[in-house]
Amino acid sequence: MENIQQAAKPSAMMNEAPMNHLTLSDRLKSYKRTPGSFLVMLLVVLSAVATIAALVFLILYILVNGIPYINADLFSWTYTSENCSVIPAAINTVIMAGISLLLAVPVGIGSAIYLVEYAKKGNKLVKVIRVTAETLTGIPSIVYGLFGMLFFVTALKWKFSILAGAFTLAIMILPVILRTTEEALLSVPDSYREGSFGLGAGKLRTIFKIVLPAAVPGILSGVILATGRIVGETAALIYTAGTVAKIPNSAFSSGRTLAVHMYLLANEGLHVNQAYATAVILLILVIGINALSSFIAKKISKA
Amino acid sequence: MANKMMIDDLNLYYGQFHALKDISLNIQEKEITAFIGPSGCGKSTLLKSLNRMNDLVEGCKITGQVTLDGTDIYRDLDVNLLRKRVGMVFQKPNPFPMSIYDNVAYGPRTHGIRSKAKLDQIVEEALRGAAIWDELKDRLKKSALGLSGGQQQRLCIARALAVKPEVLLMDEPTSALDPISTIKIEELAQELKKDYTIVMVTHNMQQATRISDKTVFFLLGEIIEAGKTDELFSMPKDKRTEDYITGRFG
Repeated sequence: MENIQQAAKPSAMMNEAPMNHLTLSDRLKSYKRTPGSFLVMLLVVLSAVATIAALVFLILYILVNGIPYINADLFSWTYTSENCSVIPAAINTVIMAGISLLLAVPVGIGSAIYLVEYAKKGNKLVKVIRVTAETLTGIPSIVYGLFGMLFFVTALKWKFSILAGAFTLAIMILPVILRTTEEALLSVPDSYREGSFGLGAGKLRTIFKIVLPAAVPGILSGVILATGRIVGETAALIYTAGTVAKIPNSAFSSGRTLAVHMYLLANEGLHVNQAYATAVILLILVIGINALSSFIAKKISKA
Repeated sequence: MANKMMIDDLNLYYGQFHALKDISLNIQEKEITAFIGPSGCGKSTLLKSLNRMNDLVEGCKITGQVTLDGTDIYRDLDVNLLRKRVGMVFQKPNPFPMSIYDNVAYGPRTHGIRSKAKLDQIVEEALRGAAIWDELKDRLKKSALGLSGGQQQRLCIARALAVKPEVLLMDEPTSALDPISTIKIEELAQELKKDYTIVMVTHNMQQATRISDKTVFFLLGEIIEAGKTDELFSMPKDKRTEDYITGRFG
């Protein structure tokens, strides 16, 4: 008897619905009593679906319109108006992002370290830097472009060049990196700092060995955000880096990035399909850069 | 017993707030000195003055003198060297977000030890010293954040021991722990006092009676009474001490 009962038990459990599991009709019944909560549930679910739908639709639309026009011509080493090659623009994009980040990341992280770790609370300079950063974030990119043109291109006589573009973009992304790094440093618990000081470590060692490694994921999300702005920027670049569709010979040559390239293709109206194909490549490039960044972040925070 | 640290006429202000008033106290070598008193009485503040952690607090002003083996720690000793000699264990376990090994090796590396063999030896000694070697020896490369609260606190003790301090300051080291972990830490403290001078802040009077040799009772920034633990708890000289230890306030 006992054996039979024991054997029967698991199957009974399988058939019987767990009592902590609400069936759909249970849930509907409970919503009947509280129609307000049903409405709220419906609204939040709809919002979530709308968010995903917007992204999925956008990506699918680009892929559907772009992929049929991706062909070998698009990857020729030099650009002509026949092949609409993206290679020079893709290379320019990577160079542009590299130089801009190289300029902005050390300065941004450095000033964030000053703000969080060195500056005294209530320091006037801290407030000035914060207001500056906030103001810079709010300025439209075309204004940066205009400034870059007047200062780097004209006053410094760098002409339309990769370097002028990179400096302009560096100023543009500096506040992004500064703010995200500041947030990341502030979120490192003070107990880590106390622990390090308590062992006789100095300020420098505490910052570089304890605080910064703990802040790497936050800092990196700022860098990714900044990379996104660089890769997507057109207005600020047209007036600083120019629109020459060639792989640059030096930092002082003009060069168009993928976003500028797309803008021009679409603008001319002759190569809209190629513009979509370029968008697909830009999308892949951005995903690639982000994947690489988070891979590097994992390496750093593990080490 | 010799005096390890001497505090002479110490006054401490946080801005306008007079947090410690005319504190004079001797801390004896290789004993456990317990600081007791209600919240906000200044016991943790005094503890932090012994390795100058208060330097990190803005608007904190200290007058008077504190000496370690006769050397004035505020005037004649490098602060990082002081903190090497006077280690600290905090209220909440605060292991760094890195491996167990790197946590313990952080201190010695800070003070210039690079040799892998030497570090291995120090890490093992420190973990053994904190009675946690057997539990952790197979997972030294694992993150310290995966340990339980009690293990984390013993790891933090090991980390403090790894720089070979002379004095160990413990700021309510068991207040965030369960009873079993608390007993382990208390037993450990008893063991450690053979080699180290220990100053421990505690909220728990039973803890003070269980493990300390000397007890100092604080109230509103002043030392009300200090003496041998058994005497202070059995025959308090001051009415306020008696009221506090019999649970009439606090």
